[in-house]
Amino acid sequence: MTNHSVAAALLALTSGTVLLCAALALWRRAARGIVSALRVQGYALAATAAVLGVQLHEPLLLVTSGLLVAVKGVAIPMLFGRLVRLDPASSETDPVVNVPASLVAAVVLTLVAFVATRPIVESVRGVPITLVPFGFATVLIGFFVLVARRKAVSQMVGLLLVDNGIGLVALLLTTGVPLLIELGGTLDVLLVVVVLRVLVTRMHAQLGVLDLDSLQELRD
Amino acid sequence: MISILVLALPLCAVLVALGVGWRPWMPWAGVAADAAVVVAGFAVALRDVHHVAPTGAGGELRIDSLSAFMVIVIGVVSMLASWGSVRYLRSEVRSEQCTPRQAVQYAALIQLFVATMVLAVLAANIGILWVAIEATTITTTFLVGHRRNRGALEASWKYIVLCSVGIALAFLGTVLVYLAAVHAGGHSLHALEWTWLSAHAHALNPAVMRLAVGLLVLGYGTKVGLVPMHSWLPDAHSQSPAPVSALMSGVLLSVAFYALLRFKVIAVLCLGESYPRELFVAMALLSLALASLLLLTQRDLKRALAYSSTEHMGLLALGAAAGGPLAITGVLLHILGHGLAKGVLFLSSGEVALADATSDVDAAGGLLERRPALGGAVALGLAALLGFPPFSLFLSELTMMRGEVADHMAWAVGLSLVALAIAFAGLTTLGRRLLFASRPGQATGLHTPLLVMAPLVVGLSLCAAIGVFAWPFDAIVHAAAKLVTS
Repeated sequence: MTNHSVAAALLALTSGTVLLCAALALWRRAARGIVSALRVQGYALAATAAVLGVQLHEPLLLVTSGLLVAVKGVAIPMLFGRLVRLDPASSETDPVVNVPASLVAAVVLTLVAFVATRPIVESVRGVPITLVPFGFATVLIGFFVLVARRKAVSQMVGLLLVDNGIGLVALLLTTGVPLLIELGGTLDVLLVVVVLRVLVTRMHAQLGVLDLDSLQELRD
Repeated sequence: MISILVLALPLCAVLVALGVGWRPWMPWAGVAADAAVVVAGFAVALRDVHHVAPTGAGGELRIDSLSAFMVIVIGVVSMLASWGSVRYLRSEVRSEQCTPRQAVQYAALIQLFVATMVLAVLAANIGILWVAIEATTITTTFLVGHRRNRGALEASWKYIVLCSVGIALAFLGTVLVYLAAVHAGGHSLHALEWTWLSAHAHALNPAVMRLAVGLLVLGYGTKVGLVPMHSWLPDAHSQSPAPVSALMSGVLLSVAFYALLRFKVIAVLCLGESYPRELFVAMALLSLALASLLLLTQRDLKRALAYSSTEHMGLLALGAAAGGPLAITGVLLHILGHGLAKGVLFLSSGEVALADATSDVDAAGGLLERRPALGGAVALGLAALLGFPPFSLFLSELTMMRGEVADHMAWAVGLSLVALAIAFAGLTTLGRRLLFASRPGQATGLHTPLLVMAPLVVGLSLCAAIGVFAWPFDAIVHAAAKLVTS
């Protein structure tokens, strides 16, 4: 096996893990399990950046990888930790779409991602490009979580799945956006999670639950 | 150099707020900083009228005529909103609606918000632009939730989740643009610069760019408040403190719209006129139709003003879809006029709500008789919003429509006129109930403090003056429009 094919196999493994974690987040009901899936996904994303960095001799990608480990693997799951403890019983007891149907939806969304990204995969050739549908599928599953789950923590996870999916697409398509943008973007995501956490804490203090169905007063 | 200065001004006000803590005079620092932003914007804009040479700082910031024009718009509306915040914060602290610490937080966040908007229009490349627009969401979420009641909580949750999703789509679009740029020979940050992208637009892969432009329009369209991603807007605008609503509706929407204007130029150069135009027209007409119909059913002043914002953003999108010099001139003038008129109306709505503890138009009825000065400002503000002369919205709407006809979009002008007529009916009905329907036995002729009236009078006078005297805005707007005319 040449170095090249080892790298290709490793990339397939790490980006496959990103997608798998999205499906896991959909499958697990307990908030703790969903957050674990998110953590593993963060590490898988960082590993993708590291493999690309070594393969292409691009030291900046290793910096990106370190950043991803710190933010998506450590900091963000830690921020979730206290929310999960806030409401230990929190789990998706009554999701809008039940778990088996959600998993079927995940499969369909993955197929959609493969079909939808064909123009890109065909017009821009290269080994990692063929893995791009994994990223798009993760984005679509993230959207699905946002629509189909009504717990505050699950919605936050949905948002992060979308973000991780886009991160994977960016890595595979362009070996990552320039580091300055990556830095700004990652910082923004971290701050969004901090803000959302404050809102969830307020929600818990005011309403005693972390259920978004209790927030449905404003409408026309 | 000048771009760093413009960016530093609101940040100085942030430091003042955090440094001195709560003092009744502290919010004035923000007013002063925003006024200085206006002056700096004018200085650049008037210089660029004669020789268009964008100045940059370190390559990441860049200020040309369009950026300078947007800096002026941001500065003027922020100045009015900060002015309104002086009174708002004092009364909130006095009535113990918020603690001094929360007041400091509010004052600091408002100026931080202004700084992020300034960064967005000064960004030399689309990556920094994206980071800045996402940062506006972060800084405003706590401002939307400042009141900390159930409604504010729901509005801020919806706001941050929906806008983050929208902005994530825009990021995906940005990544695809970067992909196209790298394959066209671009390198790193350089490949994301506005100037590089427009110079190499013809070489970008059209299949990738089609997808990218769609995602960018949908993504930034979310922040503009265009249908189908508009549903955060009425909640956020109605639950925020009035000066925050004034800022969000008056400039935040337009700053996101500025991004669309710049991207459209690149899209047209790469993909031709028809695809970007179809996207813009579809979102514009949907927004106009939905917003004008929902305006008919509103009972709450702030919600009605929010839907009117979606309607006006629809008008802007239609003007941008046409894209000719006349239409774009109208669009830019309309951004300024709408910012002023909407700023004044939201600030007055805050005063109505403060006195009557509600912004429900029936509960607050008879405003003109009860508080003549405030009622007069609301009446004039509504007249400006509805497009009556001498206010500049009359001029800008007319210019946009003439431009659209010149760009072979007369059919769309016809449809937009129907929507305008429906919105007109909705807003006049609402205004009549708010201003005239007085109840027997209520106190009349109440005094409105000078501190409340001053920003309203300044805003309305500016809006009228721009509508009557061409100088200096004709030259500035023409120079800016040239940069985004296809």
